[in-house]
This record gives sequence, C-alpha cells and structure tokens, in this order.
Amino acid sequence: MSNGIVVFIEHRNGVLNKTSLEAVAGAQLLGSALQQEITAVVVGSDASALAQEIAAYDVAKVINAGNAKLVDYTPDGYTDAMEHVVKQLDPHLVLLPHTYLVRDFAPKLAARFGKSLISDCIRAGVADSSITFTRRIFLGKLDADVVSDGEPPVFATFQSGAYRPDQARKGNGAAVEGITVDVGEIRMTPEAPFQEVKQAVDLSKADIIVAVGRGIKSKDNLALAEKLAEALGADLAASRPICDAEWLPIDRQIGSSGQTVAPKLYVALGISGAIQHLVGMKNSGTIVAINKDPEAPIFDIADYGIVGDLFEAVPVLTEEIKKIKGAS
Amino acid sequence: MNIIVLMKQVANKDAILRINKEATWIEEGDLSFEVSESDGYALEEALRVREKLQGEVVVCSMGPQRVKSVIKDALARGADRAIHVVGDNLGHLSPYATASALAEAIRDEKPDLVFTGLQSDDYGYGQTGVILAELLGLPHATIVIEVDASAERLRVKRELESGWYQWYTMPTPALLTIQSGISQIRYATLKGIMAAKKKEVKEVTPSAEIVDRPAHQRIARVYLPQKSKQTQLLGNGDAKAGAVELAQKLHTEARVI
Ligand SMILES: Cc1cc2nc3c(=O)[nH]c(=O)nc-3n(C[C@H](O)[C@H](O)[C@H](O)COP(=O)(O)OP(=O)(O)OC[C@H]3O[C@@H](n4cnc5c(N)ncnc54)[C@H](O)[C@@H]3O)c2cc1C
Ligand SMILES: Nc1ncnc2c1ncn2[C@@H]1O[C@H](COP(=O)(O)O)[C@@H](O)[C@H]1O
Repeated sequence: MSNGIVVFIEHRNGVLNKTSLEAVAGAQLLGSALQQEITAVVVGSDASALAQEIAAYDVAKVINAGNAKLVDYTPDGYTDAMEHVVKQLDPHLVLLPHTYLVRDFAPKLAARFGKSLISDCIRAGVADSSITFTRRIFLGKLDADVVSDGEPPVFATFQSGAYRPDQARKGNGAAVEGITVDVGEIRMTPEAPFQEVKQAVDLSKADIIVAVGRGIKSKDNLALAEKLAEALGADLAASRPICDAEWLPIDRQIGSSGQTVAPKLYVALGISGAIQHLVGMKNSGTIVAINKDPEAPIFDIADYGIVGDLFEAVPVLTEEIKKIKGAS
Repeated sequence: MNIIVLMKQVANKDAILRINKEATWIEEGDLSFEVSESDGYALEEALRVREKLQGEVVVCSMGPQRVKSVIKDALARGADRAIHVVGDNLGHLSPYATASALAEAIRDEKPDLVFTGLQSDDYGYGQTGVILAELLGLPHATIVIEVDASAERLRVKRELESGWYQWYTMPTPALLTIQSGISQIRYATLKGIMAAKKKEVKEVTPSAEIVDRPAHQRIARVYLPQKSKQTQLLGNGDAKAGAVELAQKLHTEARVI
C-alpha cells in the first residue's frame, strides 16, 4: 500500500533553494497529522553534500537521485529521475515547492501518473485523515479548498511563503541513500543562466518605496507618483506590467522575477497584489495600498488602505506629507 | 511552421466575482469574459513566427459557445483557422483532463509548434501546457519570453527567478508556454474583422472517457481569502479625506514619516 511523503529539494549547483525548506516544514506538519514518514529527495549528478545538509532535518531518509545526465536541470531529466523515485517509493503524497523550476517539470511528472498537481497551495490541513489543500484562484481574489479523491500518489506544490523555512524542524540525522536513476533522452539543451544587465538600482536598501501598478494608466501619469516619492524621500518602483511596457526600467520591478524589498514603508498605487508581486514586498514594515477595487488582494496585507481613485488621493497625500515634513 | 495556439476564455479582470450559493465556484450568469492574459501574448508570438517563417496559425479554445468570441477575435487578429472544443461543463476538469481533451483535438494536426499561456487567470493551475506536451510526446519550455525560431532550430529565452534568464535550444515539434508582457499585442483591424468571417471554425467534442473520468482533484469550497493583517481602511469611500487621514496616521501612528 502507498505510504509516506516524498518532498522534493531544489538546488542549483548544490546550493539549496530556501523554499525547499518551506516544503519540508509543510511535509513535517502533514507527516505528523497523517502519521507518515518523510523522504526528502535531492536530484543531481553530484548533490551528496546537499543531501547530507538535508539529513539534519527531521525526516526519515534522504535520497540522492543521481545520473550523469542530471548535471544541468532539464525538464526531461528531472521528470525521469523523479518518476523513478516515486515509482520505487510508492508514496501517499509528493510535495514540492512551487518554484519556476518545479512548475517547469512537475506537471509532466504528475502526468506520468495520469494526474495533475494540486498546484500553488497556500496551506494544507488534515481532518479525519484526509487532506484539504487551499489554493488561490482568480489572481488572488478568492480561495478554494481542494480535496483529492483519487488514488495515491497525490502531487501538491506549496507557494513560497506558505510555510516559513525556519519552521522546518531539525532531527537526529537521517540516513542518506545514494541511488542511480534511469534517465532517458534529454531533448533540450540549456545554456548558462545569466542576468540581463548589472542592476543599476538596488532597492533592497531603500527605506521608503512608492510603487506603481497598472492603475496608473499611462506613462505621463508617473509624474504623480514621482511627486509623492519626492515628498516622502522614497524610491520609485513598479509592478511587472509597468516595466514590461518600459514606462520604468526593469531594475525597478518588484516581485518574484524582480527585486525583493523590505522597506519600512511601502506605498502601492494601483497595484492589485498578485502573488508574484506580494512575494517581493510583503515583509515591508508598513504597507499602504491605494486601489479602487475593495477586493484587490493587496488589501489582505496592507496596514492602511484607501479604497478609491489614486488620481484623487495621491495629490492630496503628497501635499499633506509636505505639510507634515515642513512642520517637523 | 504550423503553430497551434491555445486560448482560454476567463472572467473579465475587473468583474465583481460573486460566489455561487453552493460555494463551489462563482456565479457565471452575469459575467463578462475576456481572453486569459498570457494567451494573448502566445497568439502574438505565433503570428510573429508565421510572418518570418510562413505556415499557418490555428487557435484552439475549449469551453461553451461563448468562447467563440475569443476565437473570432483571434481570427480577426490574424489566425488562419480555429478549433473549438465544445462543452458546457468543461471548466471544472482537472488540468490533466483539460490537457487530454486538448491533445485529442489537436493531435492529428501535427503542429510544428504549440504555444500556450503560462497560467490561466481563473484557475491559475500553470500546468495545462506542460501536461499537453507530455501527452503529445513533445519537448517543452515554460515561462518563455523570447522565441528565436528558424527552419533549422528553435532557441528560446526562459525567465528564471529574481532577474535571471536562460536560453534553451530544442528540436521541433515543441511546446512553449508564453509569459505575459513580452511584446506589443496587435489589435484586430477592420479588414481583419471582415476576413475572420470567412475563416474555418471546426467544432469538436471531447470523448466521454475524458470528461467522465473521476476527477482526482475537486474544489470543495470557495470563499473570500482570510486577511493576514487588520487593514485600517481610511476615508470611507472619500479618497481625498482618506489621503489626509493617511498622512496623519503615517506620521503619528506608524511613525514612518
Ligand atoms: C511567473 C510569473 C512571474 C511574475 N513576476 C512578477 C513580478 O516580479 N512582479 C510583478 O509585479 N508581477 C509579476 N507577475 C505578474 C503578476 O501576476 C500580475 O500580473 C502583476 O503583478 C499585475 O500588476 P498590477 O497589479 O500593476 O496590474 P493589475 O493586476 O492589472 O492591477 C491594477 C490595479 O489597479 C487598480 N486601479 C485601476 N485604476 C485605478 C485608479 N484610478 N485608482 C486606484 N486603483 C486603480 C485596479 O483595481 C487593479 O487592482 C508575474 C507573473 C507570473 C505568472
Ligand atoms: N479551456 C481551455 N481552452 C484553451 N486553452 C486552455 C484551456 N485551459 C487551459 N488552456 C491553456 O493552458 C494555459 C495554462 O492554463 P492553466 O494550466 O489552467 O494555468 C492557458 O494559458 C491556455 O493557453
């Protein structure tokens, strides 16, 4: 009978991707609730040092799935490797962090088992030994509880931030097992990863950030945000569509594909609050959102909110801040 | 290059979403619909490749009759013909079942390239393209932001996290999932709209064994997200009053200015 939880550990050249530890934390919580043992799996041609590092966590076993074809990540290689491991272990659950790498191969892995992933979950709970996963739908506007009725294995991925990496519990040193996995033909050839330009702006050190989103409507309207930024002594940043449209350079983009920031004040103007944006700024001290849609997900994490038109609010806010600063 | 583009119709971004009384999905009756954002870029990319390398662009959309508006718009923008996988309750299929139905509809077309959006704006599974590639036996790349296709080879630029990128080379036929915002989308011209009326739209229905297979994942309940913070909403609908209050609070309460 299918038993146990497999958790996938992501790395690049042996360097751990921290969201993997969040998945470990999720696996440990589910493992305790379901009384199932956890096997962590590290895929790679030479990842034994990382496997040892993971063995320090409270898991039953770490498997280092190796093959010379796994030097570089490819979806073909990783799918074959993980299929081999999952077939061998016959687990109840397969958990993965919802990273770009995982979204590239894990649907293919699940498809080998006639399934899809319960993807991008923000939490999971157990009642009467059945698991309910929660995922965001409609770009974060609603939550959906999802249950899996089918045969195991159940494949699920956790969104970055669903658990904290420091929630992952250390153990007494798990056994590490190196195995060689079957990998078939690799059809795609990756080149070395690179960064586009040396980032000219480092927003991670900014104290105050004024960020604009698609609600700003046009490039000309940016002046409004610039004035507010000036009054606050803030740096200007943006959501992705603003940078895609080249209204602001790409090094001002906040989010999963841009910069991660944690200023003491983050003012979001006309930004809906898609998860890919939130992951880049949710640890800011005080978060302000101005948005005309009361249901915009940005309000879920805002300390102060104005539901209304930013074109009305921002000029007034700018003037009021100047007054306060002038007086102090 | 013959290219198939998958395009999904979803609720309008600005639509007010009302949860249905069973709390299992939203009320769809009074909604307006549009094409899922990244699919629009997938079509644009396909049209650009066709301009360079000739061939045909075929759009494929699955859903009830209302998805014809997505198809018509794609034909008006320049797609050559369309396949409509028709059915009323297909929205709730798992990504695996959706990909199976789409695979069945396009397999005999033997495309050189299949383009999909990277993630739908309603369910947001981010999986249909990758599963479809597996079912069709094609190599794939996800989160593609640049396509460099020639008759000899396919080279694509993928987005990685935190400002990193990577190029991949792969043989065709292949499947790519396209990221939003990578180009300027063209609008339909009047000429395009007229021409679209004469283009072929083939209707197919998915086989019962795909639609009726028991789902391995099911939405039990839909609800408004729990807030992680107690947000102080200021101004009570008056944006200017809210702004005055906000400046005060930032000064005296949050003490950040
Ligand atoms: C793999 C991947 C990576 C991504 N990476 C990033 C990333 O790094 N950074 C990022 O930001 N996004 C990223 N995205 C995109 C993300 O999913 C969203 O599409 C994007 O963040 C939306 O930007 P927005 O909030 O500006 O626009 P929208 O979602 O269109 O929101 C605009 C908001 O403005 C409001 N508004 C409109 N008019 C007014 C007005 N007059 N006054 C007040 N409010 C108004 C609207 O109510 C709406 O909430 C990524 C997506 C994917 C799939
Ligand atoms: N019903 C559908 N009709 C056409 N294409 C679809 C459909 N569902 C999903 N897709 C394609 O698959 C992509 C990813 O969808 P998803 O896996 O739901 O995030 C979408 O952007 C579309 O290109």
